[in-house]
Amino acid sequence: MTRLRINGEEAEVAVTTVAELLALRGIDPKARFLAVAVNGAVVRRAEWPAAPLSPGDAVEIVRPLQGG
Amino acid sequence: MTEPLIIAGTTLRSRLFVGSAGYPNQQVLLESLAATGAELVTVAIRRISLEGYAESLIDLLGDKYRILPNTSGCVTARDAILTAELAREALDTNWVKLELIGDRETLYPDVEQLVHAADELVRKGFTVLPYCNDDPVSCQKLADVGCAAVMPLGSLIGSGRGIANPAAIELICSRSPVPVVLDAGIGTASDAAYAMELGCDAVLVNTAIAKSHDPRRMAAAMRAAVEAGHLARLAGRIPERDFAEPSSPQLGLVGS
Repeated sequence: MTRLRINGEEAEVAVTTVAELLALRGIDPKARFLAVAVNGAVVRRAEWPAAPLSPGDAVEIVRPLQGG
Repeated sequence: MTEPLIIAGTTLRSRLFVGSAGYPNQQVLLESLAATGAELVTVAIRRISLEGYAESLIDLLGDKYRILPNTSGCVTARDAILTAELAREALDTNWVKLELIGDRETLYPDVEQLVHAADELVRKGFTVLPYCNDDPVSCQKLADVGCAAVMPLGSLIGSGRGIANPAAIELICSRSPVPVVLDAGIGTASDAAYAMELGCDAVLVNTAIAKSHDPRRMAAAMRAAVEAGHLARLAGRIPERDFAEPSSPQLGLVGS
């Protein structure tokens, strides 16, 4: 298990890459308008399958919403 | 009769930019946006729900409009820069409406951090449109670091109080080396027309349309107001006078 901070919430998850985390959370990696950052750095979509996640990493998964 | 607006080499058909927040429902939003004639629509970037991914409204807007992501809610340059970078990845655009809030109650910009973040984002290749104070010095500093436009506030975000300091807006417009977009505070159509008459290149409106009694009508009103104000600015207003100046000829009056 890997202890991560995902969108501000602590979680223990059995994943080792960004792609695995998205799959675990039921997020289609092909969905449009998604973006991911790990420890304050954007991880490009093409890198999701290989991008490693280590204990203590802070992951942000975002999308656009209505805004002004 | 008018020339198109060009920001960072991109020609925009409409001088009305619109926000997408606060509409009563999706149908009203889509119809209102259509009625504005706007090409540029702002969105926010937020953490997704970890309960699962569902199609959102932006999935619809993304194909019809040029999307301008904002960094709303950010209070540090670091968060604003990361939000801009996430937006670039999510939306495949290097345009960003840079917001850096210095006070949660008034939502006034934090100019010091704003200039710093703008400088950094320009260096990273972003086209930066900062929401900023209505003061010519801040606007000049933002232009100096390479912002593609400046977006001074008319009055507080969502306040609907119009243009609190028209002299300052006019001064900014007369000096700015980059396009000026009046952002925040518009309450009704006359405010938008006034902004354009003062010399603004465009106006950004969200709440005044979304929260009006009939957003579709207000959307059409804002469109007309921006066009009217822009035309009036180009035409040039007459000088103000202290006394009456008859418009009809003074010769040949009946009975004289």
